[in-house]
Amino acid sequence: MTDSTRAVTHDYIPGFYIGDRPQVVTSRFEYEDSYTLERFLATDGYKGLEKCLAGTPAQMHEEVKVSTVLGRGGAGFPAGVKWGFTPAGVWPRYLVVNGDESEPGTYKDRLLMERDPHQLIEGCLIACYAAGLSQCFLYVRGEMALAQERIATALNEAYAAGYVGTNILGTDFSVDIVLHWGAGAYVVGEETALIESLEGERGMPRLKPPFFPAAVGLYGKPTIVNNVETLANLPFVALNGSVAYTAIGTATSPGTRMVAVSGHVKRPGVFEIVNGSTTFRDIIYGEEFSQGIRDDNDLKAFVPGGGSAPWFLPDQLDVPFEGREAGTAGSMLGSGAVMVMDSTTDIPAAALTLTKFYAHESCGKCTPCREGGTWLMRLLERVVAGHGTDADLAQMLEVGQTICPGEMPHASSERLGLEAVPFPYKMTTICFVGPSAWAPLHSALTLFPEEFAARVTPAPKRISIPVTALAAAGADQ
Amino acid sequence: MTDVVDDTTASAPEPEPDPDAVAVTLNGTAISARKGELVIAAAERHGAPIPHFCYHPRMTPVGMCRQCLVEVDTGRGMQLQPSCMITVSPDMVIDTESPTAKRAQEGMIELLLANHPLDCPVCDKGGECPLQDQAYAHGPGESRFVEEKRHYEKPIPISDLVLLDRERCILCDRCTRFADEIAGDKLIHFTQRGNETQVMTFPDEPFASYFSGNTVQICPVGALTAEPYRFKARPWDLDQRESTCTTCAVGCRTVVQSSRDELLRYQGVDSDPVNHGWLCDRGRFNFEAVNSAERIADPLVRTAAGLEPTRWNGALGAAASLINDALAKGGPSSIAILGGARGTNEDAFAWGQLADAIDTPYRDAQLGDGLPIEVLGLKRATIDDAANAATVVLLGPDLKEELPVLYLRLRDAAVSGRSKLVEFSAVDTGLSRHAWRSIRHEPGTQHDAVAGAVADEAIAEQLAAGDVVIVTGRQSLAESTDATVAALQRLLDAVPDATVLPALRRGNVVGALSLGMAPTGYDAIDAMTEAAAGTIDVLVLVGADPLNDFPDVELARDALTGARHIISVDTHLSESTQLADVVLAAAAYGEKAGTTTNLEGRVTTVAHQVTATGTARPDWMIAVELASLLGDHGFGDGHPLAEVTTVDDVTDAIVATAPLFPGVTRAALAASPDGVMTLQPAAALPDVAVSVPARNRYDYRLTVSRTLYDRAVGTAMSPSLAGLAPGSAAHVNPLDLAGIGVDDGTIVQLISAKATVSMPVVGNVRVPRGVVWAPFNQRTERGGHIEDIIDAGATAIDVRIERS
Repeated sequence: MTDSTRAVTHDYIPGFYIGDRPQVVTSRFEYEDSYTLERFLATDGYKGLEKCLAGTPAQMHEEVKVSTVLGRGGAGFPAGVKWGFTPAGVWPRYLVVNGDESEPGTYKDRLLMERDPHQLIEGCLIACYAAGLSQCFLYVRGEMALAQERIATALNEAYAAGYVGTNILGTDFSVDIVLHWGAGAYVVGEETALIESLEGERGMPRLKPPFFPAAVGLYGKPTIVNNVETLANLPFVALNGSVAYTAIGTATSPGTRMVAVSGHVKRPGVFEIVNGSTTFRDIIYGEEFSQGIRDDNDLKAFVPGGGSAPWFLPDQLDVPFEGREAGTAGSMLGSGAVMVMDSTTDIPAAALTLTKFYAHESCGKCTPCREGGTWLMRLLERVVAGHGTDADLAQMLEVGQTICPGEMPHASSERLGLEAVPFPYKMTTICFVGPSAWAPLHSALTLFPEEFAARVTPAPKRISIPVTALAAAGADQ
Repeated sequence: MTDVVDDTTASAPEPEPDPDAVAVTLNGTAISARKGELVIAAAERHGAPIPHFCYHPRMTPVGMCRQCLVEVDTGRGMQLQPSCMITVSPDMVIDTESPTAKRAQEGMIELLLANHPLDCPVCDKGGECPLQDQAYAHGPGESRFVEEKRHYEKPIPISDLVLLDRERCILCDRCTRFADEIAGDKLIHFTQRGNETQVMTFPDEPFASYFSGNTVQICPVGALTAEPYRFKARPWDLDQRESTCTTCAVGCRTVVQSSRDELLRYQGVDSDPVNHGWLCDRGRFNFEAVNSAERIADPLVRTAAGLEPTRWNGALGAAASLINDALAKGGPSSIAILGGARGTNEDAFAWGQLADAIDTPYRDAQLGDGLPIEVLGLKRATIDDAANAATVVLLGPDLKEELPVLYLRLRDAAVSGRSKLVEFSAVDTGLSRHAWRSIRHEPGTQHDAVAGAVADEAIAEQLAAGDVVIVTGRQSLAESTDATVAALQRLLDAVPDATVLPALRRGNVVGALSLGMAPTGYDAIDAMTEAAAGTIDVLVLVGADPLNDFPDVELARDALTGARHIISVDTHLSESTQLADVVLAAAAYGEKAGTTTNLEGRVTTVAHQVTATGTARPDWMIAVELASLLGDHGFGDGHPLAEVTTVDDVTDAIVATAPLFPGVTRAALAASPDGVMTLQPAAALPDVAVSVPARNRYDYRLTVSRTLYDRAVGTAMSPSLAGLAPGSAAHVNPLDLAGIGVDDGTIVQLISAKATVSMPVVGNVRVPRGVVWAPFNQRTERGGHIEDIIDAGATAIDVRIERS
């Protein structure tokens, strides 16, 4: 491969762009046959596992801890720390791979599963070894047919070659990996709902507390649930060590990050960016990334971390792609999906698209999400259709208060003189699906009040006579 | 009285701090919660009830409705938490009424009401509705939801007894959790999702659970209603008293509710040692039989025109002269008194006293379908003992069919892992799938199965691992009791410390057997045999229906024909009652007060809630009046029942006279709603020698047992339940169908040495090969009576099955 090919689009991966940047998880994407065992082995595949198996599990665990590999699923919790939460001496214990990527705007795990399934398998094995887990379940979203097929083929190859199964690479380390695919529910991306689904139950989240999956998870046993991208980072860490890993990115957010950009940009797609230091301006306007807004329009707003994240304004363009910074600015990085809205965007309609999605994807378990999400959607539908009143807007805030009591995070706006309210929000729901229906709508209402005001008419006034007035008139006699 | 200085108060040490106490602050007040207690329970106990819908103390919390959100500080600042999911921890600060908590609670009520139809004026739950009450107490007081509400077809039947209104449903998961966790009938579940989530049965699978009525009781809205009560009354019109169900011998505590002097509903009461608030559907809905038009309203006397209503003077006089004539002609041994297990302790005691006064040798509260009375003399276990024992040995009937709530308690013990069940049975029972070991044996050979099991290393180890409770009853009505008695003896030989819970079925059978209706030498089979031989002059049936309940129906028929006169004390005109010369109209359940004794020996009260039908009287009163007409053979002066006028007098007489009931005073009963335990007699099992006949390879060995619903009066006279009886059929293993050469449902002939009956054959995987199981006392639209084949004298019965 020459350098000249590295920058081109590969038509076998539409929407993926390799730039002149460090690659941790996409290093094989330049090969069309990156998903085969042959190519994998030819490009240092399973070398990380070999190196890992040569040491003790504690060494590998420590390496991951030192590397500060942050969870890429949304919460951004350090994987090495999470592994440490499993109680000692309880067997069996499971690794569950969350491949139910369904956050609106997110499509990075799909590429990782389709293009490099062996890397994921290697990551699973390293995680099982380091965290002392005895079996692995790979839960892949139901709609991702190609990913399922590629993983199934890869698993068969890996089993045949002795990388998975009993006595892996001649050691006494044995792990089985089971591929399982979902039946199509957004909420199953939530780890406890995913565990329920894996057990054959309805995909409904469990309450935590009292029990977190690390203590009581799949089949009531200690369970680590990791995101696909998180695990895909592990072969690099195992092979090159924490020093090489932390050399990329910043101290708080080392490594790289897969970011999916969609919306009104010239070049939507997935990019592996350097974690922590790349700013949203780089991602949206950078020549090696999305190359600016379509038709050179003005940027109106953007979603920094998947459909459920509060929105950012052009004011936040220089916020780096880093968890804490994004949180202070009033949103989150979530699953690494940037959705861009240009000046032509109808903000209430855009908010409706997102709110509708979350209302539809509510599992129905807890009241605020089941009833509140749909209520918000219907209020907003009326407003967008032009039949709403100012009372409807006030009612949205009331319903939102019931879902997320207290102050809701939002970005600062110089135009409106608004200070940022930092992440996170409080919630009355079991999981994040409920607040996700409210967060984008709340951002839209807060950051673009004039667009809603223009859509509504004043509510008919209620006629109410104060009791004191009645008494004065002798009406109580 | 010697002069003893009581120094216990002076030197009493400081009370030990309760190790289970947890100090927490609730709404600014320091309270003492219990270790492991949920915040919601602790708050409720200390006068700060938290609104809730999904939380139910007898089920796993799920935290779904989010109504019980309160602010809790465990050291990280006040946070909204569902109080049904958080257990108390030391120094926890709980605020159930902070502005934040109240805002959240109001918000949840508003959301729950958003799609609720608010059809309270026509909703059965209105007036006793947790949603209504909590919306009143904790709601925002205003409805701001102006959108179109969800619409579903309403209501839809989800079983023969229960209807579901999905519009009213607030999706609290109570009914679905009950069906899964408590009843083990996971037949209802959520379907769809989000705003369209609804409770539903599986396609073509009704919610056919024996416990479906409980879902109606625990539904926090009017979404689930029961057919027998729908639109019958408003809750504020209901008059109610706490009582005890006497449908079977578990003795579940209930509330008996009536309106306009008509029984309308029974609700379960949470009695911790007994039923945990649950009832079976038969017990819950058989009040319909009390209200039935078939009730005997007045005493009847046989005339040339048949049974004719008469006045009590005439009927009692006729009965007394029949007894006096018999005594004069044939002496006491020409009179037999059977029954008494369906009434109260007072009823049984009065009839037992009358039997003593007459001095008849033939009396029995069981109808040849129970176990020898000595079983009650073994070291008795309580239901709690059984539900907490390390090992429960099941040596008896299918508890799900005969003692349903005991089944729930033992199922819970097994599912929760507290107890291991070792079951001996000829066919699969309701508990088989929860059993640690479920041992199949040929009908009538349980003694051999037990001998084999106690020799098994793993089972022996388990039996030695902790306390053992043996639940024993009559497994099959087609075999003698010998095999069960021998099996029980072998178990007790192997585990001498084991306690025994007798699984006898009839409501007050333990009370009746303890209060004078136990056989004194001759049991019901002897009495029937004598009657059939023509030596019984007067057969007195006290709520007994041998033609339906006595296993050997041919013997019962012969006995009722052979007895020269029959006096029947009954509530309904049963088949046996129709053969009587004198019928004395008896007050039914709910029409008389008294006490009842459950299978543990626990005495609880039975409430008098409605006026008796017609001129019907309680059994005890009939016995006392009859005695007063018997002259020298009645209660003489000084007899404890000579002067009684009220049921309380009889209760007091029991305390004063019955050796096992000294502590069962009315004051003690009033003080303890969970009941007062009787003393226990001591007895040893009779020696039995079991010889099971050899069988040939063409025959099927017969086992016959009761199902929850059958032709018994309580079911047959309750329109809602009558249709639920499975109907008579011969159940064989599906693999045996080919051997017989028939398909499922074909009418076959069952040929025994004694009789031939035809009935449909059913392939049933719960029946092992070579065995045929037939439900007892069934409707016979499609087949004959299996009872015709049963032979009271046989240890085991083999039948040949042929195409008819």
